Amino acid sequence: MKLSREDVIHITQLARLGVTEAEVDRFTGQLSNILENFEALQQIDTTGVPPTAQPIPLCNVLKEDAARDSLPQDEILANAPGREGEFFRIRAVLE
Amino acid sequence: MNPDIIGLTIAKARDMLARGEVSSVELTRACLERIEAVDPKLNALVTVTAEMALSQAEAADVTLKNGGGSPLTGVPAIVKDNMCTRGVATTCSSKMLENFVPPYDATAVARLKENGAVILGKANLDEFAMGSSTENSAFFPTHNPWDLARVPGGSSGGSTAAVAASLGVYALGSDTGGSIRQPSGFCSVTGFKPTYSRVSRYGLVAFGSSLDQIGPITRDVYDNALVLNAICGFDDADATSSPEPVPDFTDGLGAGLRGLRIGVPAEYFVEGMQPGVEKPVRDAIAKLGELGADVDNDIALKMTPYALAVYYIIAPSEASANLARYMGVKYGYSYPDTDSMWEGMERTRQHGFGPEVKRRIMLGTYALSAGYYDAYYKKAQQVRTLTRREFDAAFEKVDVLVTPTSPTVPFKIGERTDDPLQMYLSDVCTLPINIAGVPAISIPCGFADGLPVGLQIIGKPFDEATVLRVAHAFQQATEHHLRQPSL
Repeated sequence: MKLSREDVIHITQLARLGVTEAEVDRFTGQLSNILENFEALQQIDTTGVPPTAQPIPLCNVLKEDAARDSLPQDEILANAPGREGEFFRIRAVLE
Repeated sequence: MNPDIIGLTIAKARDMLARGEVSSVELTRACLERIEAVDPKLNALVTVTAEMALSQAEAADVTLKNGGGSPLTGVPAIVKDNMCTRGVATTCSSKMLENFVPPYDATAVARLKENGAVILGKANLDEFAMGSSTENSAFFPTHNPWDLARVPGGSSGGSTAAVAASLGVYALGSDTGGSIRQPSGFCSVTGFKPTYSRVSRYGLVAFGSSLDQIGPITRDVYDNALVLNAICGFDDADATSSPEPVPDFTDGLGAGLRGLRIGVPAEYFVEGMQPGVEKPVRDAIAKLGELGADVDNDIALKMTPYALAVYYIIAPSEASANLARYMGVKYGYSYPDTDSMWEGMERTRQHGFGPEVKRRIMLGTYALSAGYYDAYYKKAQQVRTLTRREFDAAFEKVDVLVTPTSPTVPFKIGERTDDPLQMYLSDVCTLPINIAGVPAISIPCGFADGLPVGLQIIGKPFDEATVLRVAHAFQQATEHHLRQPSL
């Protein structure tokens, strides 16, 4: 699968990943190369084979609905890039 | 005078502590001095927690004096820097988390602490554990103690280099596609990836959640069993953690190999494998036969050549979702020069992530995007099923499988950084194991021109005990694991 520059730009938008022009060029070549290598999978007949999402599946994992202390608010907010009182301060969503 | 810590095992250290020949504080000081003297050559550690280590050692000495403690009490350890440590920076060797100080301990770290461990510091890794050489660290590459011009492997290269160089007695690593075993092979130490779900992932910074597993990196198999005893077992903070009972992994280590069936899958002796690697691996298999095991060369694992594609679809897909949380709002790096929410996110991720992380986010985003999901992600998950079925069929015939850990010896720093696909190929022997979720160990099995070669032993799900038994029998009969690098 050959990717175009436009494909790569579309992916960066989906992933909200800022990139430079030079990065777009580099990634276009590298990702195309990697994806071409993946084509081999299409040779395998997987008709009727169920997908595996997790190799050691567990069913109905439940736990006691017990109240317990949460992590200290100050320690959590200490890592925040922006803080106002007991809130995360973020940039304007609507402009 | 400081105790000699070169080549010191947990068992020996614990024995010396119990007999009062040395104190935990003395052991810890010796390790800290060794770190100061040797780590500038290796760059294995991102953070050294000297003060915390010494206070843990003092506490351990009190416990020991009162006749208490676990087999790990007072023994100095190192933790890969993608496991949360309360109050100590956990960076994932990424600019994104350079200043992140977790308010809690990962369960595996908490269990070490409950067992009286002394934590010396945090080990370097490929950024977010994405890589096979530790060159993807945003801070600095780690050097291989056996040849400073070469990589230690990755992504747990800081942890394996630290253990090989005796900076600490053991370490914790994490393994998503070989990240414990491949660097253990490259550094000549004993590294185990247990069955998926054996060790809680709570507090392990998520990369590929259906593949990630924490495990011990030690100097020998007995030590590995001791650490597994401490960290394995159910944890209600991780919904994928297994309720399967955990045996004492030191039991049955001496049971020998008579009657044990060992399979050798031809597919793992891949094209491009170095002859210097193949010879010690073949010799090791012959040795296991001499020790009484029945060796079966008629094992087919036909999905092996497809593991690379399956892995590099599934792991980046999971990573692209897991790493969406890094957007400069709740914690981590945040691009300062904008008032726009969306530009802020894009620039935060642009400047916070390195090239390999970006590549994988993009691969995963693409594989999950509309129109490509069935061709890539679903297809890879179906081949994952076929891979697991093959392992199950092989384990009908044999008790363990034995393969090389990597097709090559450690490569030179810089040799593969320009070609991502070439770099991915150094994990061809370890990827299928994470895809299937089964346990596997890498143990030293020899040297090729002075560079370490690893042997991989793969077991049935939850049968870590048999893997350890085979690995232990080999180490009892050989001395490769006792060799030390000269630094």
